[in-house]
Amino acid sequence: MNSLHVSVWRGGAQGAFQAFEVPRRASQTVLDVVSYIQRSLDPTLAYRFACRVGMCGSCAMTVNGTARWTCRTHVDKVAKEDRIEIAPLRNLPVIRDLVTDMREFFDKWARAKGQFRGAATRHDGFARIRPDSTERRRADAGIECIGCAVCYASCEVVQRIPDYLGPAALNRAWTLVNDARDVMRAERLRAVAGDAGCHACHTQMGCTERCPVKLAPTASIAGLKRETARWMMRGER
Amino acid sequence: MSARVETLLWIAQRATAGVLAVCVAVHLVTMTYAIRGGLSAEEILSRTRGSTGWLVFYALFVVAAAVHVPIGLRAALAEWFGWRGRSRDAALAAFALALGGLGMRAVLGVFS
Repeated sequence: MNSLHVSVWRGGAQGAFQAFEVPRRASQTVLDVVSYIQRSLDPTLAYRFACRVGMCGSCAMTVNGTARWTCRTHVDKVAKEDRIEIAPLRNLPVIRDLVTDMREFFDKWARAKGQFRGAATRHDGFARIRPDSTERRRADAGIECIGCAVCYASCEVVQRIPDYLGPAALNRAWTLVNDARDVMRAERLRAVAGDAGCHACHTQMGCTERCPVKLAPTASIAGLKRETARWMMRGER
Repeated sequence: MSARVETLLWIAQRATAGVLAVCVAVHLVTMTYAIRGGLSAEEILSRTRGSTGWLVFYALFVVAAAVHVPIGLRAALAEWFGWRGRSRDAALAAFALALGGLGMRAVLGVFS
């Protein structure tokens, strides 16, 4: 059976790649490779995963220089001459080996007012939202984000401006701006406007190109740019 | 800077980008057409001076550039050099005034 030559990042921000030989198997994913190393070659390897089926968003890593969800990335697709280089996600502090500190990533969701706040009580009826309404379709287009941070790691603006909210947080804000039940609209638009918010995006589309669940954060950010412009022109508070 | 001002700057940059797209195209086509047979500076000035239409066109061109360029530089300075805040914005306001002033001086020299 063929072997796969795998270079895996070891250590924190200051570290080095360590080489491993892993047996090549049919339908092998990159997460399978990392799990094999941890279970059979070096139990001290730190990495993060949970569902293994592309739902939880916890296993994203940099594979041959590109951020990917490793549980759904086949070795056949990414190996170059039986070689793979696996590193932690970019734009996030490295805790150890392949594990990054996601706090800043999720704190930015909170800063972008990514929390839903409604005004209805249990005594009110259900909100009736037409499935084919423009707002509902816009929210639908961005709602399936799994929070894997692949977009964040692929964004060159995040790399340049560390307090830039990033594609995932802005995408989340856009889904809520289009939620008719939410009452934090103006506050949210204020939070996402500016040179660390939606207006910093250069539409380079690294996030949209890399999103594993095929969302288009770039379109969500463009929506926020339009909506903040309308909000400002109308003089809404 | 407030969210409203940031949004206003974005709108200003988008709007002036539209103006510049037209101005640059008209400028290039006109220049290419006008000098196809060769023209001296004196001949150019004899045609441009007193032309109110072109004066207005190039004044608009200068204003659009003086607004558009500093806003673009604002993002570039933040991303490349980490320069943000009031000192950057004050420097860029001065740059915008200089750009507009020098541009208008040139426009008035050629067209008035």
